[in-house]
Amino acid sequence: MADNNTDNTNADSGISRRTFIKNTGLVTGGIVGGGLLGGIIGNQWQTGTQTETGGATDEEDDTNDFDEARMFFSRDMDFNVLSAATERIFPEDDNGPGAIALGAPYFIDKQLAGQWGVNAKEYMRGPFQEGEPEQGYQSAMTRGEIFTQGVRRINDVSDEQFDENFDDLEEEQQNEILSAFDNDEVDMDGVSSTLFFSLLRQATIEGVYSDPLYGGNRNMDGWRMKEYPGAQPAYIDVIESEEFVEMEPLSLRDHH
Amino acid sequence: MATELPRKEAAVIGVGWAGGIIASELAKDGIEVIGLERGAERTVDDFIMQKDELRYAVRYDLMQDLSKETLTFRNDRDMRALPMRQMGSFLLGTDLGGAGVHWNGQCPRFLPYDFEIRSQTIDRYGEDKIPDDMPLQDWGISYEDMEEYFAQFDATIGTSGEDNEMTAPRSTEYPTPPMVETPAIRMFKEASSDLGLHPYQGASANLTEAYTNPDGQTIQQCQYCSFCERFGCDYQAKSDPIITVIPTAKETGNFELRTHANVRRISYDGEYTDGVYFIDTRTGEEFFQPADMVILTTYVMNNTRLLLESEIGTPYDPDTQSGVIGKNYCYQIMAEAQGYFDQQFNLYAGAGALAGQLDDYNGDNFDHGDLDFIHGGTIQLTQTGIRPINTNPVPPGTKQWGSEFKEANAYYLFRTLSVGSQGASMPYVNNYLDLDPTYTDRFGDPLLRMTYNFTEQDRNLAAHQTQRMEEIMQEMGANEIVANPDIGDYNIMPYQTTHNTGGVIMGADPETSAVNNYLQMWDCENLFVVGASAFPHNSGYNPTPTVGALSYRAVEGIKQYYENPGPLA
Repeated sequence: MADNNTDNTNADSGISRRTFIKNTGLVTGGIVGGGLLGGIIGNQWQTGTQTETGGATDEEDDTNDFDEARMFFSRDMDFNVLSAATERIFPEDDNGPGAIALGAPYFIDKQLAGQWGVNAKEYMRGPFQEGEPEQGYQSAMTRGEIFTQGVRRINDVSDEQFDENFDDLEEEQQNEILSAFDNDEVDMDGVSSTLFFSLLRQATIEGVYSDPLYGGNRNMDGWRMKEYPGAQPAYIDVIESEEFVEMEPLSLRDHH
Repeated sequence: MATELPRKEAAVIGVGWAGGIIASELAKDGIEVIGLERGAERTVDDFIMQKDELRYAVRYDLMQDLSKETLTFRNDRDMRALPMRQMGSFLLGTDLGGAGVHWNGQCPRFLPYDFEIRSQTIDRYGEDKIPDDMPLQDWGISYEDMEEYFAQFDATIGTSGEDNEMTAPRSTEYPTPPMVETPAIRMFKEASSDLGLHPYQGASANLTEAYTNPDGQTIQQCQYCSFCERFGCDYQAKSDPIITVIPTAKETGNFELRTHANVRRISYDGEYTDGVYFIDTRTGEEFFQPADMVILTTYVMNNTRLLLESEIGTPYDPDTQSGVIGKNYCYQIMAEAQGYFDQQFNLYAGAGALAGQLDDYNGDNFDHGDLDFIHGGTIQLTQTGIRPINTNPVPPGTKQWGSEFKEANAYYLFRTLSVGSQGASMPYVNNYLDLDPTYTDRFGDPLLRMTYNFTEQDRNLAAHQTQRMEEIMQEMGANEIVANPDIGDYNIMPYQTTHNTGGVIMGADPETSAVNNYLQMWDCENLFVVGASAFPHNSGYNPTPTVGALSYRAVEGIKQYYENPGPLA
């Protein structure tokens, strides 16, 4: 790790990387296990540990929670499976919070309810025919339809193999099932399980690294974990620097 | 019935770089011009919230809405063409300014070799060097004759850069000084110099100081904020049509801009055009815009498609290799070597055209006598500024999800450097554009069909460039290098580059080209077709300055035609 040129231990805006890792480690010890994490959906990790991790203040928490309702997934079970799956793709660990604490499941829910979920800017006229891999996406299904089918298939497989709901499984069991989807070993209608898994993975990555305005990357902690400074207005002062310059991230909220 | 509008002297279809340049130059000369733009109005006020990777770089906010119009694709004639349902390999622009708004701003000029590629290849290596199935053609004009137009484009956009012995000679200085050297770029330059190569700072439309162009338009100083490609510039520091040529055109009082005007047909009586039919996309109303001259300046795809749908010029037939419209569709042969380092670089900072670059392996700057390909490609280490959703480098063998991925991704994000080659793309008899027999756009018009794959020439070129870049990366001291010399088959999904060319190519012979060296159609003397569609092949460089230069060349032809109608060549 290179020396940081920027002292980012500013209490009201963020946390130092060192403190972050230390605190996250403590928290991980407290709630390890997929069952608990996946079973109590929402940002249980986040609300329980806001103060320790130095994120948003408690006062802000109450108002921040209003967007934790769903506009796409109607069934609790579907959302629980989605959440548990995103957490396996981007788990909470020594490096910091995971997909759930970062708000990725709610991010995905919002995205699926919007134009991305209905493939609004894409060519969806028929005839639909299977193509070569080089020809790209050819399904008649929208992303919303693929996600709904996908999370239900995950839970079906979980039920068949382990006789439990996916979000109640141990992490290793969850990883086993997701690997089967990743490796195209699960039958799905209209799309391959690999395609669904790559969509799920991509959406999770988006949920942890997009601007917090979309509901993920809470408190910009996704950015902090990889030292990405966010939406800075200018880098003309650091562009020639020999040293790596770490800085407190900014979001688009600061741009208007 | 289409409503007929008042006649204009010139109708420009599509208002991006080419349309903007032509509109501004004609309007400055007192010619009455209407610009028909299918998209919406766009100004710099639209760029306040640009630093949003998800919206612009991932969801393609500034790009064409494919639900309305796309193209179909197949690798070869035995494959069934299917629609490009999602954007991937290239990003088609839309709205005022077109792709000229969301470009990186890299500004190289094509080489003198490019304009006379067939003659020079034969002179140096003999006729056998050109495969039978490669319709390699001279452009019908030399670089020497094109130079003044390149200089005009540079003056308009304020190009930043520095001279180099391997690049095309210039009659004028770069209007603004080169961009800064970052530690990563310095490392690339030192390593390549040690290998006996000739690196330089790439030419850029991200300007290093505020610059006022001859039309009085000012471009501001780049802040290296890293949001260039796929974004509009909120600093007005990246030259684009909406801060240069379009306001210039408007200020003359001779330019009328009509947005949401989607041209569907160019009216043609077998000899001349008398105007264009368009539809107002908001109301569905159809109009006929009469015009003395029509200038077609959409992107490559629609330049070809509109001519085919309007039945102007002879469509290319791959069986007989006759006809010209749709011929010589070319792309860019991308190759890359990625290196992993211990050192952490400030790679979140950058600019679209911030690059260390070399042309020792571009054009005919090196001997191809013992090589199984012609041409080459520019080699660059660009520091465009990386963003966290789309950039997740991890060493080979790393699992793509889970804790292992999360950790490697965080560690390597700023410790990974990439050297890339933009390889030249040579024409091939079976790579072409025509109309799709099945799929249609929202108006029921046939989509364009692209038949395209990489050839032996392309594969050999890519393998050669990859080896050279591995040597450079080795010299730079990478711990581990990832480079794949095999480019496989062309795949329309992974992003490669928005450097599509050809389809309405220029030349000296009406049998083998669609437009003359003034971009005037051989088969319709009051129709000019301007853009990268005119390239008979694509060079090992970004195309925009050559598009700009050809636009200024066309302006000269259009003005001559306006005074004295008739064939110009």
